[in-house]
Amino acid sequence: MAAKIDKELCCYCGGCASVCPFSALELKGTYVKCDPEKCVDCGICVKICPVGAIEVKGQRGENK
Amino acid sequence: MNYQKEWDVIIVGAGPGGSKCARACAEKGMSTLVIDRKQQVGPPKRCGEGLSKRWVELSGIEPTPRWAVQYIDGAILISPTGKKVVVANSKTTGYVIERSQFEKLLAEKAIEAGAKYMLKTQATGLLKDGDTVTGVKVLCDGKEKEYKAKIVIAADGVDSLVARYAGLQTTLPLTECDSGYQYEMAGVPLLDQQKMELYFGKDVAPRGYVWVFPKGDGVANVGIGVMGSDITTAKYYLDKWIDAHADRFKNASMTEINAGVIPVTAPVKKFYANGIMVIGDAARMVNPIHGGGMGATMEAGLMAADTAKEAVDAGDVSEAMLKKYQDKWQEVRGKEFAKILQVRKFFEKLTDKQMEIIAEAVDPQIMIDLGHGQGLGTVIKTLVAKSPDAAKFAMSFLTGE
Ligand SMILES: Cc1cc2nc3c(=O)[nH]c(=O)nc-3n(C[C@H](O)[C@H](O)[C@H](O)COP(=O)(O)OP(=O)(O)OC[C@H]3O[C@@H](n4cnc5c(N)ncnc54)[C@H](O)[C@@H]3O)c2cc1C
Ligand code: SF4
Ligand code: SF4
Repeated sequence: MAAKIDKELCCYCGGCASVCPFSALELKGTYVKCDPEKCVDCGICVKICPVGAIEVKGQRGENK
Repeated sequence: MNYQKEWDVIIVGAGPGGSKCARACAEKGMSTLVIDRKQQVGPPKRCGEGLSKRWVELSGIEPTPRWAVQYIDGAILISPTGKKVVVANSKTTGYVIERSQFEKLLAEKAIEAGAKYMLKTQATGLLKDGDTVTGVKVLCDGKEKEYKAKIVIAADGVDSLVARYAGLQTTLPLTECDSGYQYEMAGVPLLDQQKMELYFGKDVAPRGYVWVFPKGDGVANVGIGVMGSDITTAKYYLDKWIDAHADRFKNASMTEINAGVIPVTAPVKKFYANGIMVIGDAARMVNPIHGGGMGATMEAGLMAADTAKEAVDAGDVSEAMLKKYQDKWQEVRGKEFAKILQVRKFFEKLTDKQMEIIAEAVDPQIMIDLGHGQGLGTVIKTLVAKSPDAAKFAMSFLTGE
C-alpha cells in the first residue's frame, strides 16, 4: 500500500509527514517519499495536503 | 568538506530554532554541528513572515532593512460581514520579515560563534547506546555517514522524524493542525501599509483565517490556514477568497507559492529523552491561536542550549537532567500557550453570527489580550449579554460538555 503523490502539484511542505501516524512519509530535499512497507492507506495525509497532491484509495483533496 | 566525527552538540535543522540554539551552544564553548537536508539555509519558506517585537529582540539581530522589511504597528481584523476592528498597542508592533535573509543571518551569527553547518545532509536515524541517543546517522552527498554527539537537538520542524526516531510520540492529529497555503504577491493594494489584515468566517477559512501581511512596496504575503481535517484544500479556499476580491487583486500577481502545516495545539507530552531534546515546531511549540512559531522555537533553542551546557559539563545526558529543559519551557511559555489553546477552542466553536457580536461589542484591546491567553471571560460575558442562545453555548464550553 502507498499514498500516491502527484509531483506536479506537491509543494514539498512536509505537511503529510507531520500527520502520518505510521511514519510512512518523509520529505527529502526535493521530493516526498512514501514507504509502501509502512503505509496502511488510512487516508489521513489526503486531508492535510494544502494543495490536494495526495491520492489514497481514489480519494483526493478538492482544489478550485 | 570533512568535519570531525564527534561533537558536543548536533542540531538537526537549520531553521530559526536550530540556528538560534546553535549560536547559544557555540557561545557556551560547546563544539556544535548543524545539519540540514536543504541545499540552502532558508527557502522555501513555510511562513507568513510576521514576527512581533519581543521575538525580534530575542533573535539578537538588529532589525535592518536586509531582513526586517516592513514595520508593523497593529492589525485589522475583518469579520465575516466585513466589519473592521483595528487593534494596535505596544504589544502589536513588530515586523514582516524576509525570512530567507533572517534564517541566513541567524546561521551567520552561529557560524561567527563557532558552529559548523552541513547542508544537503539528511538525518536518517539516530545512533544509540542502549536507550541513550549518542549521535545521528546521515545521508550526505548520497553517502551514509555517522556523527557522534553528547547531545542531539531535534529542530527539524513540523514534519520532524528525528523525535520519532527517539521514540517520542509527535504525530499531529488532523484536528490539531491547520493546513496552510500562501502566495507572495506584488501589486497588492493595502488597507494600511503598517497593519496586518486578518479575515475571518466559516466560508472564508474554516477555523482559521486569511491573512495579508505587507512587505512594503505593494508586496504582501496573502495566505490562509484552514482546519486540517477539512477535505477541501487550503489552496481552494485561498483561490476562492482572492477571486471574491478580484477588483482588489486585478493588478496583483504571485512571485512565490508557499505551503505548510501549522500546529495549533499543545506541545507534545514529552520533548526530551536520554541524549536528545526537541525544540520548536518539531515539539509543536506554536502559538495555538495565530500559528506563529518562529519566536517560540528560538526561545526553546536558548533553553535547550542552557540545559545542554549543564548536561555536557556534568557528563550527564540522562532524562533526569534533560527534563530541566521541559520544566523550564512549561514555566516560561507552556502555561501561557495552554491558556491560548482554550481561547482557540472557544473561537472555533463560534458561529459567524456570534463572531459578529464579538466584533461589534468587544473592546479591541481585549482582542489583543486574547492572543496572550487573557480576556476570554470578558468575551464570554459580552456574548452572553447580547445573545441569549450564546448563554447555553458558553455554559457548555465552560463546563467542558
Ligand atoms: C503557512 C505558514 C505560515 C506561517 N506564518 C508564520 C508567521 O507569520 N510567523 C511565525 O512566527 N510563524 C509562522 N509560521 C510558523 C513557522 O514557520 C514555524 O513555527 C517555524 O518555521 C518553526 O521553526 P523551526 O526552526 O522549529 O523549524 P523549521 O523552520 O521548519 O526548520 C526545520 C529545518 O529542519 C530541516 N530538516 C527537517 N528534517 C530534517 C532531517 N531529517 N535532516 C536534516 N534536516 C532536516 C528542514 O529542512 C528545515 O530547514 C507559519 C507556518 C506556516 C506553515
Ligand atoms: S495513507 Fe495513512 S499510512 Fe499511508 S502515508 Fe498517508 S497517513 Fe501515512
Ligand atoms: S502535504 Fe502535499 S504538498 Fe505538502 S509535501 Fe505532502 S504531498 Fe507535498
